[in-house]
Amino acid sequence: MQFVTSLKLLDTRAIELMGLWARMNDSELIDRPSMVFDERLSVVVGMLQRFSWERVEAGDASVRVELGGRITIDDAAALWKRISETLTHVEGVRQLELSLEQIQMIDGACMALLVQFRTDLRTRSVACEFSGGSAEVRRIVELYGGRSKTRQKRPVRPPVNAIEQIGSATLGVVGEINQILDFLGRLVASTLHVLRHPKSLNLRDVGRTMERAGADAAPIVLLINFLMGFVMAYQSAAQLKQFGANIYVVDLVGVSMTRELGPLMMAIIICGRSGAAFAAELGTMKVSEEVDALRTLGFLPLPYLVIPRMLGLILVAPILVLMADAIGILGGALVASISLDITSTSFLIQLQSAVKASDIVSGVIKGVVFCATIALISCQQGLATSGGAEGVGRRTTSAVVSILFALIVLDALFTVLLALFGL
Amino acid sequence: MSKPLITVRDLSIGYGDTTLLRNASFDVPRGDIFIILGGSGCGKSTLLRHLIGLETPLAGEIRIAGIGAPRLEGAAPRFGVMFQSGALFSSMTVGENVAFAVQEWTHLPPEAVSAIVRAKLALVGLEGSEDKLPAALSGGMRKRAAIARAMAFEPNLIFLDEPSAGLDPVSAVELDELILALNRNLGLTVVMVTHELESIFKVGKHCIMLDRDTRTIIAQGEPQKLRSETDDPRVRRFFNRETSIPQWQ
Ligand SMILES: Nc1ncnc2c1ncn2[C@@H]1O[C@H](COP(=O)(O)OP(=O)(O)OP(=O)(O)O)[C@@H](O)[C@H]1O
Ligand SMILES: [Mg+2]
Repeated sequence: MQFVTSLKLLDTRAIELMGLWARMNDSELIDRPSMVFDERLSVVVGMLQRFSWERVEAGDASVRVELGGRITIDDAAALWKRISETLTHVEGVRQLELSLEQIQMIDGACMALLVQFRTDLRTRSVACEFSGGSAEVRRIVELYGGRSKTRQKRPVRPPVNAIEQIGSATLGVVGEINQILDFLGRLVASTLHVLRHPKSLNLRDVGRTMERAGADAAPIVLLINFLMGFVMAYQSAAQLKQFGANIYVVDLVGVSMTRELGPLMMAIIICGRSGAAFAAELGTMKVSEEVDALRTLGFLPLPYLVIPRMLGLILVAPILVLMADAIGILGGALVASISLDITSTSFLIQLQSAVKASDIVSGVIKGVVFCATIALISCQQGLATSGGAEGVGRRTTSAVVSILFALIVLDALFTVLLALFGL
Repeated sequence: MSKPLITVRDLSIGYGDTTLLRNASFDVPRGDIFIILGGSGCGKSTLLRHLIGLETPLAGEIRIAGIGAPRLEGAAPRFGVMFQSGALFSSMTVGENVAFAVQEWTHLPPEAVSAIVRAKLALVGLEGSEDKLPAALSGGMRKRAAIARAMAFEPNLIFLDEPSAGLDPVSAVELDELILALNRNLGLTVVMVTHELESIFKVGKHCIMLDRDTRTIIAQGEPQKLRSETDDPRVRRFFNRETSIPQWQ
């Protein structure tokens, strides 16, 4: 505190100094015992303000700004603030001279700001020139400002109103669907080609897909479907008990697992696992030019990359659906024996009459169609990727979302169709 | 003079609305080492992608003798390509990358394929790296592996996009020698993009220089002649490494 009294000065700068003093007090720089007070003060002042910016009115409509000191990236924020302040007070000014005479040192970032300042002034029809400066400073001016090509500003896009946005989003969705259908067409053509030349099939990827999408997904498919059956039976148990209709839990679990939940839950898991993986994998190959390299070596992306993945998924689908059905019903049976007093024998007898072969078959067919859809959309999205890592992320997200949407639509279609044919 | 291997007539290329090159015409003679020059971002890699058939031109035509318009349609490769980024298959080892096309398009037993792979890798100084994954290679090693892959199927035409960028001076010189040797002994035609002045003069037989601002070919001919006879300041600047950044003593 004592230095303030000795300073006899309590303007804002002194208050800033006090704050800094308090913070710096235990730092070595300030507290070196040999330092006399004046030295300390000059260190603090030096830290507080390392550059100076003086605005001098030089005749009517003409201003000179004198810059001085050491101007580095640490001062850029303060410098930018000065620049903005000055820019807001240039009415009536025709000419501004930026004197660099006093500058000891300036770095590139701050010079870039000064050059921008000059450009901004010129667009406001204020003539602006840099003047003076040491040889080093002039070099930096040359480097950053000497070759200033005037860049045309990009045309500002007019704001889009809500209706236009809805319209363009709709067109976007229609476009996406178009692209997927187009891809489907090309895929069918390639499949015919592969059927005629079976040797050209990339069997290695079929096996790999079956392992990754099928075998590796089995535990999670089993767990989720077990819980589905369990929860469904448990939820309905209370209702069924009220009517003494305990035994119908078997019909409920059996039919809904085989016809609906088994394939759907399986597909959702496959979508999250393999759909995302395919889109990301093919997307990365696309952006790193691996797909192009493949083509230059005589391989076509559809037969080589897409068909094996689709085939792999289609082959594992029935197995996964049957597993999902069985474990879901097992979950139901557990609830039935625990809380509804249905023995396993009576459960099985009831199951035989409740679940028809057509229920199981339609579920399996659903599962296959779902898996084919997953492969189709994820591969299409993957191969449509552009634009680096961000593009891969975007395509992966949109693949998963589109697949989920497609699954629900297909499921609804199946329900209607099966009802029409009385299955 | 025999017919040129590649003829390009009135070619315009670009992406979407932006045109990178307009009305370009040039020939690449058989057995040539043809160099595409130009500043960064002027469309050299894009031109190469068109010559390969990965993109369709906005206008004009490209003909490669014996192939016609370049199209990639699932047949044994008729030329080798090395991409600027290497574009090795990241899920395969270096050996598998090089073996890939050989395995698919020939009926060689595995031992023969691996002998070819070893020889090709040795050619680019990568002996012993067969079992490494591309991610475990340095940038320069990836480039060389990509060159080995491009040459694996014994093409008589090869496209190289900045093969020596990122190589140390010794490897770069070795690569130049390799290209010259293949060209002399096997008659390999090479179309390549490079910025290395030394290799331009050492291996280049013909070159074209693209310009970003005018979107045209601003010079074509033999590199040495261009250097000594040009009166185009842009070409002179390129060959004499002049910059427009002020020089200080
Ligand atoms: N896929 C793409 N879509 C749109 N524009 C692209 C695409 N690829 C490249 N471009 C643009 O085309 C121009 C030419 O790119 P190209 O890769 O051909 O340049 P280059 O001459 O090979 O440059 P370098 O010497 O740096 O490799 C660049 O301006 C680039 O921004
Ligand atoms: Mg390039």
